[in-house]
Amino acid sequence: MDIIVSYGAVFLILAGVFGLFMAWGIGANDVANAMATSVGSRALTIKQAILIAAVFEFAGAFLAGGQVTRTIRKGIVDADLLVASPELLIYGMLAALLAAGVWLLIASRNGWPVSTTHSIVGALVGFAMVGVGMDAVKWGKVGYIIASWVVSPLLAGLLSYGLFRSVQSLILNTDDPFNNAKKYVPYYMFLVGFIIALVTFLKGLKHIGLENNTFETFVYALIAGGVMMLAGKYFVGRIKLDPSADKDFHYANVERVFSVLMIVTACAMAFAHGSNDVANAIGPVAAVVSIVSSGGEVAAKSALPYWILLLGGAGIVLGLATYGRRVIATVGNSITELTPSRGFAATLAAASTVVLASGTGLPISTTHTLVGAVLGVGLARGMEALNLTVVRNIFMSWIVTLPAGGLLSILFFFTLKGIFS
Amino acid sequence: MAAGGYMTGIFGSSPVKPMQQHMARVLACVSELIPLFEAVFREDWDSVAASQQKISTLEKEADVLKKELRMQLPKGLFMPVSRQDLLEVLTMQDKIANRAKDIAGVIVGRHMVFPAIIHDNYKKYVRRCVDACEQANRAINELDELVGTGFSGQEIKLVVEMIQKLDAIESDTDSWQADIRLQLFAVEKELPPVDVMFLYEIIEWTGDVADRAQRVGSRLQLMLAR
Repeated sequence: MDIIVSYGAVFLILAGVFGLFMAWGIGANDVANAMATSVGSRALTIKQAILIAAVFEFAGAFLAGGQVTRTIRKGIVDADLLVASPELLIYGMLAALLAAGVWLLIASRNGWPVSTTHSIVGALVGFAMVGVGMDAVKWGKVGYIIASWVVSPLLAGLLSYGLFRSVQSLILNTDDPFNNAKKYVPYYMFLVGFIIALVTFLKGLKHIGLENNTFETFVYALIAGGVMMLAGKYFVGRIKLDPSADKDFHYANVERVFSVLMIVTACAMAFAHGSNDVANAIGPVAAVVSIVSSGGEVAAKSALPYWILLLGGAGIVLGLATYGRRVIATVGNSITELTPSRGFAATLAAASTVVLASGTGLPISTTHTLVGAVLGVGLARGMEALNLTVVRNIFMSWIVTLPAGGLLSILFFFTLKGIFS
Repeated sequence: MAAGGYMTGIFGSSPVKPMQQHMARVLACVSELIPLFEAVFREDWDSVAASQQKISTLEKEADVLKKELRMQLPKGLFMPVSRQDLLEVLTMQDKIANRAKDIAGVIVGRHMVFPAIIHDNYKKYVRRCVDACEQANRAINELDELVGTGFSGQEIKLVVEMIQKLDAIESDTDSWQADIRLQLFAVEKELPPVDVMFLYEIIEWTGDVADRAQRVGSRLQLMLAR
């Protein structure tokens, strides 16, 4: 207890700095992946993509990021075992943050495809297993999380397959794809608004004092979807057939209609990413802050302070502004095969899956989910060429990242423990 | 992650554009047969040699494109069409150019003279064979639109119609070939036997150009039927 009282401020500052560093890293690297399909499909310019990412990542983090933060904060490590020595939990959380941050830095330098989520979960499990004991890990919950890493790309793939199939049969595969696109695209917009609003209202908004019952939530989500649909109708209605872009079936024109939809789904994706990934940075911070502010009370039922979510959101935007621009530009210029009709199907499927996971409190990898969604469109014969080696790389990154994050965090845990006690 | 991360890694380089470029090169190569034969009938051997050079260069360029495309189609690539089918279409495209090169080569090497009686029909015959290649090129040019629609109904119908037209053109060339053979048969006794043998061979090879163009079409059709 003495340690917490005497070093409380130091712990808080360390947590803040490490958390900001992590959030910066997410903004710098991860966001580009989340926005990749939007920029690649040329529906957005780089500038627009950055603006959208900044606004919606922040909104997602702030409005719907609470649930996953709670999981990272207390879902993985069993704090009850640490009532007697709360400082261990502080060391552990700091070590996990530092470990994940360092591992991501190493991986970035070498171009390895690792996931922020996997790094932090690996780090948390690592310190708890070795620093405290096997029982300190909530294996049931961790099992869930790991299962969700398998399920989320599959689900996203299934959704994007279905979405693209519906686009084929409703629009592309008809005699008048242009007018059918104008007719049906607003309905897809409804879907975007509805899903995002539903999950956000259902799970996310408790911490800003909005609590609704299920019925109200549905009504609000329907309204949100309806508003989106009307806005979509307006913008789609302004698109006139451009005969010069005409080949046999006006596909160039059809894609212009889908561009409008792509912009909306890009917002949804940024929102979803913010809601899920910001927790990786601020979950441990929240844990440290809660222990320090309660003077060593591990199991305190304190609510998540606003400013921590703000910290996470700000860190992401900072990373985006300083380094992410360049990454997004690179991504945008190297993905040229993606058209808005594909990009939309993949992004909407991924965004829905991620938001769903955020609502359930499961930390998943946004990028892996997006990869699954892109493959789903490919299965519907929608892509010219996909590189399946990426799938292998993802499995490799799993196998490497979990132990690497764990080992590093064990190392940092004992270092911190040595320094402070 | 390295700039771009692995989201960019998942998009392999598309084979569609290179396929179309290759076919365009093949068509340019085959089209040169028209001036070549005109020069042969004028017995203007300088022009013939120039045409033959052009054909040979274009054929080599097509070959380079073919090899590049093969290199960028690793086994791990996931495409809306089977890799096997795609490679077969490519091989068949390349064989059209090879045949054009063979024809030009033998004509230049032997300074072949064609009996005047078949000149008119032969021009039409060659023209029709080039038509077949043009039609195959048109069908291959729809590949991007096919992917654009996710290989669905309307676009497939369009391509299938193109392939049917290609078949019709090829069968035209068959009847021209039969006519020319008949004309040649009528005069063959007056010509040196070895020359006649080669004339028949060139007639056959010219027909091969259309035949292989048609096979590009049928391979394409196989590719669509999945």
